[in-house]
Amino acid sequence: MDNIAGRKSSLNWAVNLSVIFLVLLWIIPTVGLLVSSFRDRDQISASGWWLAPFSAEQAYRARTSTEATPEGDIFVVTGNVFEESEATGTLSAFGVRSIAPGEFTVGTVADLGDGESLSIAENGDYEFRTPEEPGRRGQRIYFTAETPPEFTLENYETVLGAGGMAQAFINTLTVTIPATIIPILIAAFAAYALAWMQFPMRGLLIALVVGLLVVPLQLALVPLLRLHTEWGIGRSFLGVWMAHTGFGLPLAIYLLRNYMVGLPRDIIESAKVDGATDFQVFTKIVLPLSFPALASFAIFQFLWTWNDLLVAKVFLPDGDQAMVMTRKIADDLLGSRGGDWGILASAAFVSIAVPLLVFFTMQRYLVRGLLAGSVK
Amino acid sequence: MAVQEDTQGASFIQGQAVIWLIGGLLLVAAIALLLPDVRGMLGNSPILQGVLTIVLGVGGCIGYFWASNIVLDKVIFPAKGANAGKNINRANMVRPWLFIFPAFAALGLYLAYPVVGSFIRSLYDRSGDTFIGFGNYAWLMQDSEFQQAVFNNILWALVVPAGSTFFGLVAAQLTDRLSWGNIAKSLIFMPMAISFVGASLIWKFVYANDADIGIVNAFREWVFGADSVDPLQVSFWNNFFLMFILIWIQTGFAMVILSAALRGIPEETVEAAIVDGASPLQVFFKIKVPQIMGTIVVVWTTITILVLKVFDIVYTMTGGNFGTQILPSYMFEFMFRDDGRATAVAFVIMLIVTPVMVWNIIQARKEMR
Repeated sequence: MDNIAGRKSSLNWAVNLSVIFLVLLWIIPTVGLLVSSFRDRDQISASGWWLAPFSAEQAYRARTSTEATPEGDIFVVTGNVFEESEATGTLSAFGVRSIAPGEFTVGTVADLGDGESLSIAENGDYEFRTPEEPGRRGQRIYFTAETPPEFTLENYETVLGAGGMAQAFINTLTVTIPATIIPILIAAFAAYALAWMQFPMRGLLIALVVGLLVVPLQLALVPLLRLHTEWGIGRSFLGVWMAHTGFGLPLAIYLLRNYMVGLPRDIIESAKVDGATDFQVFTKIVLPLSFPALASFAIFQFLWTWNDLLVAKVFLPDGDQAMVMTRKIADDLLGSRGGDWGILASAAFVSIAVPLLVFFTMQRYLVRGLLAGSVK
Repeated sequence: MAVQEDTQGASFIQGQAVIWLIGGLLLVAAIALLLPDVRGMLGNSPILQGVLTIVLGVGGCIGYFWASNIVLDKVIFPAKGANAGKNINRANMVRPWLFIFPAFAALGLYLAYPVVGSFIRSLYDRSGDTFIGFGNYAWLMQDSEFQQAVFNNILWALVVPAGSTFFGLVAAQLTDRLSWGNIAKSLIFMPMAISFVGASLIWKFVYANDADIGIVNAFREWVFGADSVDPLQVSFWNNFFLMFILIWIQTGFAMVILSAALRGIPEETVEAAIVDGASPLQVFFKIKVPQIMGTIVVVWTTITILVLKVFDIVYTMTGGNFGTQILPSYMFEFMFRDDGRATAVAFVIMLIVTPVMVWNIIQARKEMR
């Protein structure tokens, strides 16, 4: 319709290209993290993740064996550098000094002075000739090898095992599920009253909910922690569930009320004419009809509690047995394994896998909820 | 009539069965709680605690609403006897309050009370015993880190909503008539599901100070042959690099809402403009944007409120160093150390949010009429 004027094709090209550009810009960071989480530490620092499908040139070092076979008046040491180091792949260059690790190309015989010589083949077989019997330490060899791309689950194993992400995953789940389920019913009753019952101050209460929607969580931290301590709850899972319930209620009431107000008036009024009480109208008619709104809120609250760092930091005790994933990453892994990109990437992916799954399977409800919450 | 009574009877029995079931579960849970062994087990197992909390929470809710309605209708104001009609009316006056009581009690305790509680606490010193008036606020005013945080927060509150709304609008318009538009939208929307901490880690890779890890530095090396730098330590501009993370997350939100608004524009207005010879750009800026201005404002304010609360990104990326401090992360420096100052910072955030809150309430009241 925009292209009635007949500029269809050129404009279409421009639109397609800009959308491709935008989408790439938006997904590249996440793809980078995903790819990195499957690469081992050495590969990550050797080449960018965008080169992951190609082999990378990496530097290694090794020592020649100490067992020499005398051959006339010289000693010959043979072996394979790949067996004496962690390296794999094909060798591209070698050297004997750390400042010039790629001094000699593969296949050449390097003259090391003092009558010593060294040659290394592409597959790593070396031959070291020396006039003196080698001592207890062999000759140092530096070499670079083209390592083929290699993907591994090692990072995930480390992070879930020794990294403690498995425990943190369970903790996050423990925080999230009650914190998602409990507010729904409380909010649904209130939303029904605000949508379909007549009583004084109703408008004021709705305005209050809209106002509380905006109150920064930061305000609640100190007074509530003190309240929880006075009640004997302290910093515990119970405290987090209660806090998340309280903080989730304004959005829940607002979303559900907006949805319930839009339900057809005839159904509710005819039920009342037939003698149904408000309690029956709510449980038998409004609640089942509001399923889409209930689902949207449940998804919001789930994502919000799963992804939350602040509330968990304040209302949960310190220490591994109650550490949720966001906190594990922000406070523990970033500090203790700050340079270990593979570990960080896999930890991040463990923590965002469930929200992404929820997002892609239930996007419909999420969008509907957003629209109900913002546009009227 | 007979049929109706029948179904009512059946559903009544069904309802009763559910109530008995929940009541039984609650009873079992309550008895179990009395046994010291069970309590000990619960103390060690958060998962069991969670299951119990769900049962008690949901069961308690249903039990409360059901029982309070029964008590109201059968005991306090029975719809029988001399005052039957009057009693029904009275019961219906009380019922809304029964419905909203749990929600508003929780709201009052967890959101309304803290506004007052935090303000009062902010008037006391670190120990909480000595009243020092606005001493904490006075201290904040002269602290250079606080000034930095306020300045940066203002930048955040201007740049992030503008950026997210702009990219969101562009994405919404461009994907509107594309055959693969829904896939594109879904991918741009995806960061919404990712935690701020996860997003920060994702961008730590992008910004990494190593041309073999960070794509930004790789690009710099490839195009300009420049040495790698740490973008997070480039004074002043590092704030914008952090803001872009939040723009990246929020663009999807803006796009979804603006896209719905664009679809709601009456076709005739656009057709008329095209017939009159308007260019696509003119159609967009002069016909479409003015018609969705209301939605743009809603998106803008929603993101502004969010921006003032987000602490995770700065906390994870820089810890507030290199001149990137903002109020929420600044507040956390005092959390558990000096509650007086922490609450004072929180109250400053509240003051900044208040105009938006008032505007929101006014809008909501307008819509209800």
